[in-house]
Amino acid sequence: MALPLESPISFTNVGRDKWWRRGIFASQTGYVTIALLLLVFVMHLGSPFFLTEGNLQNVANNFSFIAIATLGITFVIITGGIDLSVGSMMCLAAMITSMVMTGLSTPGEPGSSWFVHIAADGKTVLANVPGLILVVSVVAGVATALIVGLINGFCVAVLGLSPFVTTLGMLSIVRGLAYVVSNGRGSFPGGPDAEYFYAITSGNLYGLPVPFIYLIILASVMAVVLHHTTFGRHVFALGGNEKAAELTGVPVVRVKIEVYVICALAAGLQGIIISGWLGSAPANMATSYELNVIAAAVIGGANLAGGIGGPLGAIVGCVLLEVIRNGLVLAQVNSYWQQTLVGLIIILAVLVDRLRSRLS
Amino acid sequence: MGTAAVAGQPVLELTGIGKDFGAIRALHGMDLRVFPGEVVGLMGDNGAGKSTLVKIVAGNFAPSEGEIRFEGKTVHFHRPIDARTVGIEVVYQDLALADNLTAAANVFLGRELKRKFGPFAFLDHKAMAARALELFGELRSETRPHHLVKQMSGGQRQAVAIARTRLSNAKLVMMDEPTAAISVRQVEQVLSLIHRLKEQGVAVMLISHRMPDVFAVCDRVIVMRRGEKRADKPISDTSPEEVTALITGAKEAA
Repeated sequence: MALPLESPISFTNVGRDKWWRRGIFASQTGYVTIALLLLVFVMHLGSPFFLTEGNLQNVANNFSFIAIATLGITFVIITGGIDLSVGSMMCLAAMITSMVMTGLSTPGEPGSSWFVHIAADGKTVLANVPGLILVVSVVAGVATALIVGLINGFCVAVLGLSPFVTTLGMLSIVRGLAYVVSNGRGSFPGGPDAEYFYAITSGNLYGLPVPFIYLIILASVMAVVLHHTTFGRHVFALGGNEKAAELTGVPVVRVKIEVYVICALAAGLQGIIISGWLGSAPANMATSYELNVIAAAVIGGANLAGGIGGPLGAIVGCVLLEVIRNGLVLAQVNSYWQQTLVGLIIILAVLVDRLRSRLS
Repeated sequence: MGTAAVAGQPVLELTGIGKDFGAIRALHGMDLRVFPGEVVGLMGDNGAGKSTLVKIVAGNFAPSEGEIRFEGKTVHFHRPIDARTVGIEVVYQDLALADNLTAAANVFLGRELKRKFGPFAFLDHKAMAARALELFGELRSETRPHHLVKQMSGGQRQAVAIARTRLSNAKLVMMDEPTAAISVRQVEQVLSLIHRLKEQGVAVMLISHRMPDVFAVCDRVIVMRRGEKRADKPISDTSPEEVTALITGAKEAA
């Protein structure tokens, strides 16, 4: 109901911040991006090979290998949660995908008669419907991730368990399952559709690595979802003040389950893509990747206390990590220094943020 | 007590409401009626049971005993959203704001305005900002819709929390200490807002420690002590001295 105003509202004492003190420039994502550009420039001066097409493709490929999972975990981190099971999830989803693919492509295995037949020469296995095995096996891998995400979300949102403990347990459970189903041997994508599989996971399109293209698409979708949908608004509200979200009618339980599902799906997808590049899904695949993924998210500006984060930050964090690794290789520094440097950068990024909020 | 306002059905009627937390009896045998267009002051010392009462009516938790009737119908609230659906709005003492969101986002939290694009619904930022600015204008608050709540003063935060109650057609607005943390000028604004709500037939329950505020806007004052109602009388029949005596227990009941 509109009430008549007695006098027009004036904002006499409310000014606008200087451009460099608001928006992206005042965020950790902003100055980490600037640091990244400086670093790229220094690398270019230091090594003539850094800005070559081949090396850049290599860098793009490599950071895409953790960036999709980082997008997923950023959702969870914004709500103030954490998911430690992403590394194991990558492995299990990749393993299920390649096992299903191999199983369905082997005549005699259960269900395979629907998908393959043996050619006239008695040796070559042909697909009944080209591409169908690929679709079914990827769906199987992603569905596994969905189930794990639902369990994580249920434990955190409905049972009220701590996200750290729940997903720490899930890290172990999922890794264990990966060893159980493969008997510790790992598995290989095989059969008539394996070629398609390699094409969609480690191929190139117009000179761009395919994982990089997926990353850009997913990051754009994520940006829209976070800032222009009710769900995204609620994700931020949960991280800002969960009690307020509850009181104002935000469906807290549903949103929490959804972010854990998104995180698990992203990790599963990432695992499937990595296995395409590796050509196999070993049982120890992506071990401790959860630390890289969380580190990238935090460097990019996601706040573990909740309420802050975004796709740009997630990507910038991943790129920074990869550029440093790549730079150390080009500079012929012992590659064992990489981990030490990554740790330093995590602390430095958070420290700079701390200093900035003290100053303003 | 405004005689015209009292006629007819009470908007809120509590009968024998009690609440136990384990061995602690926070509230006991509470009877209360609030009529449309009436401003009721709820007073009492810390621990008197005011907040418990507010939380029961707001649907934060169910009473251990007793009955809540809203507009003549018995209601059972399981969640805050249930109370809001029937027309009860609450301004919480800690304001229930998400610091990392803008003022407009906080006002519309949980009931965002959306625009449809085919199967997708996107937030309508423009409409929400415009409506929020309008509401802040009504409250005479210098609050900008796109500013983060994190950077706001106590009065601006209060304005955001109160603006929220104006979104829907609320029939009862409960305010828990709305004037505790704001400037003198803004207290004036909040009180004049309460007057405007009253003019439109909205019932207001004001929980406050500030005697002058209660005597400035309320039609009736209810004093609570140790989880029980000790007094319920028109503001014209009482005095700040008497209310103080009732709150502290110097006078047992009136």
